[in-house]
Amino acid sequence: MIENHLSLLIVVLPLLAAPIVAVLPNGRMPWSISTLVSWAVFAMACIQLINVSTGSVISYELGGWAPPWGIEYRIDAANALVALIVSGIAAVTLPYALKSVEQEIPKHQHSLFYAAFMLCFTGLLGITLTGDIFNLFVFLEISSLSSYALISLGKQRQALTASYQYLIMGTIGATFFIIGVGLLYAMTGTLNMMDLSQRLPELYEHRTIHTAFAFIMVGFALKLALFPLHLWLPNAYTYAPTVVTVFLAATATKVAVYVMLRVIFSVFGFTFIEDTPTDELFMILCVVGILMMSFYAIYQQDAKRLLAYSSVAQIGYMMLGIGIGSALGITATLVHLFNHALMKGALFMAIGAIVYQIGSSRIEHMQGLGKHMPWTFAAIVIGGLSLIGVPGTAGFISKWYLVLAAIEKQHWLIVIVILAGSLLAVIYVWKLVEVLYFKPADESGQTVSNQLTSRKEAPLMLLIPTWILVVANVYFGFNTELTVGTAEQAVKLLLPSMN
Amino acid sequence: MNIMANESLIMLAILLPLIASVLIVLVDKKPNVREFVSLTASLALLATVLSLLPAVLAGEQPSVMLLEIAPGLPVKFTLEPLGMLFACVAALLWPINTLYSIGYMRGNKEQQQTRFYVCFAVALSSTMGIALAGNLLTLFICYEILTLSTYPLVTHKGNEEARKAGRVYLGILLGTSIGFFLLAILWTWHLTGTLDFKAGGILNGKVAGPELIILLFLYMYGIGKAALMPMHRWLPAAMVAPTPVSALLHAVAVVKAGVFSVVKIVVYVFGLDMLKISSGADWVLWIAGFTILIASIIALQQDNLKRRLAYSTISQLSYVVLAVFILAPLSTVAAALHIAAHAFGKITLFFAAGSIYTAAHKTNISQLNGIGYRMPWTMTAFTIGAISMIGLPPTAGFLSKWYMLMGAFQEQQVFAIMVIIASTLLNAAYFIPIIYAAWFKKEEQGSDTVELVEHGESPKPMVFALMMTASLTLLLFFFPEVPLQLANSLIGEYP
Repeated sequence: MIENHLSLLIVVLPLLAAPIVAVLPNGRMPWSISTLVSWAVFAMACIQLINVSTGSVISYELGGWAPPWGIEYRIDAANALVALIVSGIAAVTLPYALKSVEQEIPKHQHSLFYAAFMLCFTGLLGITLTGDIFNLFVFLEISSLSSYALISLGKQRQALTASYQYLIMGTIGATFFIIGVGLLYAMTGTLNMMDLSQRLPELYEHRTIHTAFAFIMVGFALKLALFPLHLWLPNAYTYAPTVVTVFLAATATKVAVYVMLRVIFSVFGFTFIEDTPTDELFMILCVVGILMMSFYAIYQQDAKRLLAYSSVAQIGYMMLGIGIGSALGITATLVHLFNHALMKGALFMAIGAIVYQIGSSRIEHMQGLGKHMPWTFAAIVIGGLSLIGVPGTAGFISKWYLVLAAIEKQHWLIVIVILAGSLLAVIYVWKLVEVLYFKPADESGQTVSNQLTSRKEAPLMLLIPTWILVVANVYFGFNTELTVGTAEQAVKLLLPSMN
Repeated sequence: MNIMANESLIMLAILLPLIASVLIVLVDKKPNVREFVSLTASLALLATVLSLLPAVLAGEQPSVMLLEIAPGLPVKFTLEPLGMLFACVAALLWPINTLYSIGYMRGNKEQQQTRFYVCFAVALSSTMGIALAGNLLTLFICYEILTLSTYPLVTHKGNEEARKAGRVYLGILLGTSIGFFLLAILWTWHLTGTLDFKAGGILNGKVAGPELIILLFLYMYGIGKAALMPMHRWLPAAMVAPTPVSALLHAVAVVKAGVFSVVKIVVYVFGLDMLKISSGADWVLWIAGFTILIASIIALQQDNLKRRLAYSTISQLSYVVLAVFILAPLSTVAAALHIAAHAFGKITLFFAAGSIYTAAHKTNISQLNGIGYRMPWTMTAFTIGAISMIGLPPTAGFLSKWYMLMGAFQEQQVFAIMVIIASTLLNAAYFIPIIYAAWFKKEEQGSDTVELVEHGESPKPMVFALMMTASLTLLLFFFPEVPLQLANSLIGEYP
């Protein structure tokens, strides 16, 4: 009985939890309920992934209305994997949230914070699992609106501007998307993705379809912060509360990338894309984005902002896979989607632990902290190595497939850019590591043992979730059955012609 | 000995140093126990590696597959002759170096000694991993771990100078390996669908013309640890590290990992025959010859003893590259032998440099007048090491140079012969003045500016260690059977 409704339960459970959490008194109750819900959803996402990992597709009819009239939830390997990332990150972020939220957010807002978190969680899962493009828009709005609220809760006043900036950009993105959907509906009379994909090929030549496609692409490029539409992201990640940054950095952009993947390969079909300049455009934007954003990251003075710019660069890697458009390219995109969630999750959590201890994310305030916070420091080192793509970490696997995809298509420039991006990552990661590792020096270059000796390691409630992600980074660097295996299954469904 | 046992021995060789590093962390507060753990582990590793020797000499190639990262991409360890030779050298020198480290670190009252020993053990584990790697992927993983685990050792002092040196070190080694080496591996995988080391070369017949040259370029400069010019700057930079690190890691483990990978890739990935026919490899010979000569000339100008040794290392490393790119079986033997010969000689020289620093706090060659009479043991060892570097009998260096020249004559590589002769003269030019000054010049009497320091020999463990390595340098000349046999079986498949 329950198994049959699993796909819906994953979305509905956090949705129901949100109002319950909102009315609970401020205390530990909202936190514990949210955490339990996230764990339950994670468990269900695991079961769901096992169900589809053989290559089968689950089609769930909402309310028993048959598609294309009713809303269909359509789960294959691709979105089951993304749902697993979203729920998995939520399941480790929420335990982390307890201490971090207590420190960063005023007590009277706690239950509202967790309610907004649950709504955001619902939205992201809904976007991932739905097979209906209008339903997707609804969940997009749920997740966006709640994330505006979450970001605005940041301690510094700039959080409000950051949130407002995101609100404007996000709304433009969502509007563009719904314009595109409207045009598609006008042409085809359907909103079901499967149905669309069957009706679209005969309309490929139509100008309206091209316009619809352009609107949808630009809309989601805004949401996933594709260079040069990324301007909202660095501020939002820098000023949002730590927990929100961790969760959004690891999930929100990933879900948007997934939607791109779905729209391009399932709804329109890559043959359509190849006739438009989209794939070339993506590749150019990604190449410029990777290089420029990595350079930006090097010059940041704030650790969270540094990682934010790195995120924009990393999104470039994911979109490169889509631009390449081969089986290997999509595999790389999906694998990197998963791995990047792990590394950025781990890194933002570790930086969050430092912020928790010293109250600042400015890099110059972190001098010599490595000695006092060895576990946090080690987490940053391993997370950073994964970001660089050093072998033995998850990041290496992503880079392996991405470079291989580029070599296969003989895109040598892209190969160079990917590797150059890694080298730039060495610089910005090591900028952090060096500051943490070396003792602060005064002007004459002499090392001084300063007042920092009172600094202590972060509490276990912060360290354990961080280290779960760190260990996952190493584990998925050696065992790729889940990541690459599932991605390859997904590719078979996304690119039927490849079989 | 059966195969099963060999397989577990291979794993043991990699795990032992790792276990040691964990134990060292646990006994952080008790220096004596900590040093005991290091010594025991190093001796156990030596026993493990030596017990693998009979199997290799008998021609077996036991292999262990640890796990499979993706289909066709396993992490795998295989024991083969060249790897065995490298593993033996590293395992033999680790206990001696540990002994020396104890004397040096305590004698100089260094900070953070636990971190030092932990990183050292991890570095040794990855060195074993490189030596025993069964495919390119495993080699690459261990190669990167070696770079990262030696970074805290290079920056041990933690001052501004160390930080800058660390940047150069990491920048060049990580930069070349990610920018070039990884790309070369991926390209190889794309071309052949395998990354295994196979006799005759996996790329044989798969790549030709300009592609071959580019791929070879990516490999040669991707392996920054081989210090082929202009990718050599990390090695002098690494000299800010404590001397035991320079000795074992930057004269033996790290740099030898570089040239070892070069030899391995030439023999098992490209294949000697293919490179010989295609003539796409000539340029490496030129670059290597150029590196040998330029590095020697730079060494001549260095007054800092460790820096002179570092440039000498750069030039000696290129001997190995030069030897293997002569592409004759005999010169390949020479390349393998030189890995061992140079290791023993250079570690002795570094030990002597560290010994002088500990006892007399002298770092420059111009300060060494007459030091031979204050530190007779140290300077005797130094002399033996220097003779081996120049390549005179009765030292190990003569042996490898002999084979190298024979190979070059066989192939009529006039350029290689000229380089070897010229560099021998240069080697003599930068080592003999030191020996002369130490033994035959009068010590400067205490004047107003130079204060005379009364000192004797350095602590006993250090003297003992450097005498051991000096005797090994001599022993290798008189009893070269085992390394020769290993080196010969490396080319056994190429009659």
